Amino acid sequence: MLTPQTEAELAAIVAKAEGPFRVQGGGTRPIGAASNATVLTTRALAGVELYEPGALTLVVKAGTPLSEVEALLTAEGQRLPFEPMDHRGMLGTTGTPTIGGVFAANVSGPRRIQAGAARDYLLGVRFVDGRGKVLRNGGRVMKNVTGYDLVKLMAGSFGTLGVLTEVALKVLPDTATTATLTLPGLDDVTAVKALSRALGSPFEVTGAAHRPHGPDSQPQTLLRLEGSEKSVAYRASELAKILAPFGTLDIMHDTASSLKIWRDIRDVAPFQVADGDVWRLSVKPSDAPGVVAQIPRAQALYDWGGGLIWLLVPPGTAADRVRAPLATVAGHATMIRGADAGPAFHPLDPTVQSLHHALRQKFDPRGLFNPSLMGQAA
Amino acid sequence: MEMPRPNPQILARKSELIARLSKVLPSDAVISDPVETRAYECDALTAYKCPPLAAVLPSSTQEVSDVLRICHDMGVPVVPRGSGTSLAGGALPTEDSVILGVARLNEVLDTDYDNRFIRVQSGRTNLSVTGAVEQDGFFYAPDPSSQLACAIAGNIAMNSGGAHCLKYGVTTNNLLGVTMVLMDGTVIELGGAHLDAAGYDLLGLICGSEGQLGVVTEATLRILHKPEGARPVLMGFDSNEVAGQCVSDIIKAGVLPVAIEFMDRPCIRACEAFAKAGYPDCEALLIVEVEGSDAEIDEQLETIMQIAQSHNPVELRQSTSAEESAKIWLGRKSAFGAMGQINDYMCLDGTIPVNELPFVLKRIGEMSAEFGLDVANVFHAGDGNMHPLILFDANKPGDLERCEALGAEILKLCVEVGGCLTGEHGVGIEKRDLMVDQYAPEDLGIQMAVKDVFDPNWLLNPAKVFPLAASEPHRIAAE
Repeated sequence: MLTPQTEAELAAIVAKAEGPFRVQGGGTRPIGAASNATVLTTRALAGVELYEPGALTLVVKAGTPLSEVEALLTAEGQRLPFEPMDHRGMLGTTGTPTIGGVFAANVSGPRRIQAGAARDYLLGVRFVDGRGKVLRNGGRVMKNVTGYDLVKLMAGSFGTLGVLTEVALKVLPDTATTATLTLPGLDDVTAVKALSRALGSPFEVTGAAHRPHGPDSQPQTLLRLEGSEKSVAYRASELAKILAPFGTLDIMHDTASSLKIWRDIRDVAPFQVADGDVWRLSVKPSDAPGVVAQIPRAQALYDWGGGLIWLLVPPGTAADRVRAPLATVAGHATMIRGADAGPAFHPLDPTVQSLHHALRQKFDPRGLFNPSLMGQAA
Repeated sequence: MEMPRPNPQILARKSELIARLSKVLPSDAVISDPVETRAYECDALTAYKCPPLAAVLPSSTQEVSDVLRICHDMGVPVVPRGSGTSLAGGALPTEDSVILGVARLNEVLDTDYDNRFIRVQSGRTNLSVTGAVEQDGFFYAPDPSSQLACAIAGNIAMNSGGAHCLKYGVTTNNLLGVTMVLMDGTVIELGGAHLDAAGYDLLGLICGSEGQLGVVTEATLRILHKPEGARPVLMGFDSNEVAGQCVSDIIKAGVLPVAIEFMDRPCIRACEAFAKAGYPDCEALLIVEVEGSDAEIDEQLETIMQIAQSHNPVELRQSTSAEESAKIWLGRKSAFGAMGQINDYMCLDGTIPVNELPFVLKRIGEMSAEFGLDVANVFHAGDGNMHPLILFDANKPGDLERCEALGAEILKLCVEVGGCLTGEHGVGIEKRDLMVDQYAPEDLGIQMAVKDVFDPNWLLNPAKVFPLAASEPHRIAAE
C-alpha cells in the first residue's frame, strides 16, 4: 500500500508509476470488480485548509475523515446537506470514510431529493492526473462558471480520472427539529403516489421513503420534515390534510428517534445483515414499482420518493436479470454488494461509452487509475 | 478583442454551403443575405459585432444534426445561439461561421407533476418554462434577470444563475437530462427524469461549456411547487463593512434566505432616481427575502430583524403587503435600466468569498478613482456574486478601452481574494484572455483536452473561453 504524505509525493509516485493502482480514500466503499493492483490511498492527505461558517464554505484535504468534517460542522450548527451514506455496514468494511471518497463516489442520502447530490455541493477540486500533474478546477465560491466544470466530472468518477487531493465544498445550516410522518399499509404503487403528492407540495419534505416490509413485516411509507419546531408542526398538519386520501398520517415529533430512522434508511440497515446481493437502481419514481415487480425474488426499499430502489436479491443473481427491466425503462443499476461478474457499473450507450473512454485517455493516458472500474459499453 | 482570421477557403465555398444547408432545411430557415445576417452579428455584448457567413434556424433535433454534419464535412465553424442575450459575447460569430439559432425549438414536450419534471425544447425561454407550469402551482427555479428573453439552451451553455440561487442553486443543480447533438451530427442522450445518470457526470460537464461541446436541443428540468409565500425586508447601513457583517451573521444564525441582494450608494441613488422605490440614501442597502407560510416567514424574519437591529441600521423596513414587497424589489430590478439611462455601462460578474466583500468594495472604489470612471455595485450577497457596473461614454474616444481595462483589474481582484472571473455570465470572448489569471496553463490544458474529445476539429464556438494563444495549437492541429 502506498500512502503519500503530501500532494507532491503523490504526484511523484504517479509520474514514475509503471503499473496500475487501486485508488482509495479509507477503502470503505469497494464497489465494482476487485483488483490486485497496488493500493494508493489519500488517507494521509488530511486536514482542514479553510472553514468560513459565514460564507458556508469549507476547504479540506481529500483524506480527511468524514467524521472529522462532520464534527467540525456540527460545532458551528452546520452540516453536509447531501447526507452521505456510510457503506461499512452494508459492505462489511472497517476503514475510516474520507471526504474525498464521498465525492469520488458521489454518495448522497435521503435528502438528495430536496437538497441535491454530493456533486451539487462540490465547489472546487485539486487532483493528480494520470501523468502525475497536479490540476485544479472550480474554486471556493458558490457561483462559478469560469471554464469547464471538471468539478462535476470528478465527482462520481470513482478515482478513474485522477486522485483527489483537496475539495472545496458548500455546506448549509443544520436544522433544529426533525419529524417523521408515516402511513401504514400502502402497496408500492400507492406508496409512490403518496410520496409524489407530498414532494409536489410546498411543504419541503426532506426525506421520502417506502418499506414494503417495515416493522412487523407491514408496509410503511415515511416522510421527513426538518426545520424549526413551529415550521415542522405546521407542515406536518398541512401534509396530513393533503395525504388524507392515503390514510391517517402518524406524526412522530421526537427528533432523536427520527434521526435514527433516517440514518437507517440512508445506510439501508434492513439489508445490511440480510443474506443476498444488494443493488442500487435509479429510475423515475413512478416507474419504480413496475421495475421491482419484474425482478424475481427481489426485496425492495424505496428512497428518493421512489426514484432510488435498494434491491436485495438472492446471492449470485445475474446482473442481466436485475437490469432486464431497464431495457424499456430509463435509469441505471449498480451492483453494490454481490458475487456476479457484473459489470457492477451500468453499461453505457456506445457513443457515450466512447466519450468516456476518450476522456479517460486524456486524464489517465497510461490507464493507471482503477482500470477495472466504470465505463463498460452496453 | 482579437478573433481568429476568417478562413478564405470557407468564405469561397459559401454558395456550396448554402446549397447543402438548403437541402436539409426549409427555405425560411437558411439566412444568407448579408442584410439579414446582420441580425445575428452580435449578442448583448454589443461592443463587438461581426455578421456570420449564414444563420440557420432548425426546428428539430434531426435538422440540427443535419446542419452540424454538413458543417463538420465542410470544416465550417458553428456558433450556437439561444436568444442572443449573452453579456460575454458567447454568441458572437466570426465571418466564416454559421450561427445555429435554436429559437424555433420552443415546444413543451412533457410535463410530469408526479415526477416533478418538465421536458422542453431548448429554444424555449426561461420564463416560459415556469409559464407552462405555474397554473398548477409549480415553477422552474433558476431566474437570470434576462429570463423574459433568454433561452434554456443558453442557460445550459452558461450555467445561468439568478437572484434565488442561494436556496435553489443554479442551472446545473436543476438540470436532469439533455438531448445533445455532437459536432459530427451524432445525437446523444444524457440523464433523464431519473436522478444521477450512469457513468461520468457528462451532464455536469456540458452545463456551462458555452456551446463548445455540443448543441443541446431538448432538456429535462426539475420543477418545484411554489412556496406558499415570500416576503422581503429592506435594510440600510452606513458602511459596507457593517452590511457585509450583517449578511455573514444572518447566514451563521442558520436562517437560509432565498435571496440576499446588496446595493452600494451609487447604485442606490441611481435606482432611487429612476424607480422612486423609497430607498434611503445610505452607504449600503440589503434586500433579504424569505419564503414559507405567513407564520414561518414571521419566525425567520424575527431572527433576521434582530440581527439587523444589532448592527444599527439607518433603515429597517419589513414589507407588510404585496405592494410593499413589489416596491422594495422595484428599485433592485430596475438597477440596470436606471444605469442605462445615466450612461453606457459594462456589467461585470466576478464572484468573491462573501467575507471579502468590504475589502473588495473599498478597492473597487480606489480603482474607480484611479481610472476616472464611476462604478456602481449590485450584488447577490449570499453567494458572493458581484455585478459591478462601470459607467462610461461609448462616444468618447478611449472610454471603452479604459472601461475594459478597469473591468479586467476588478476581475483580477476577485481572483486574488479567492474568487473567480465569472459567477453566472460565462467567459465568452469577454473574459477569455483573463483565464490565465485564474488558471495555470496545465489547468487550461486539461479543459481544452475535454474539448478535443467532444469536438476534435474545434468547430463549435472555437474562439471562446480559452485565450487564443492557448487554444491555437488545438485549433491548428484540428485543421
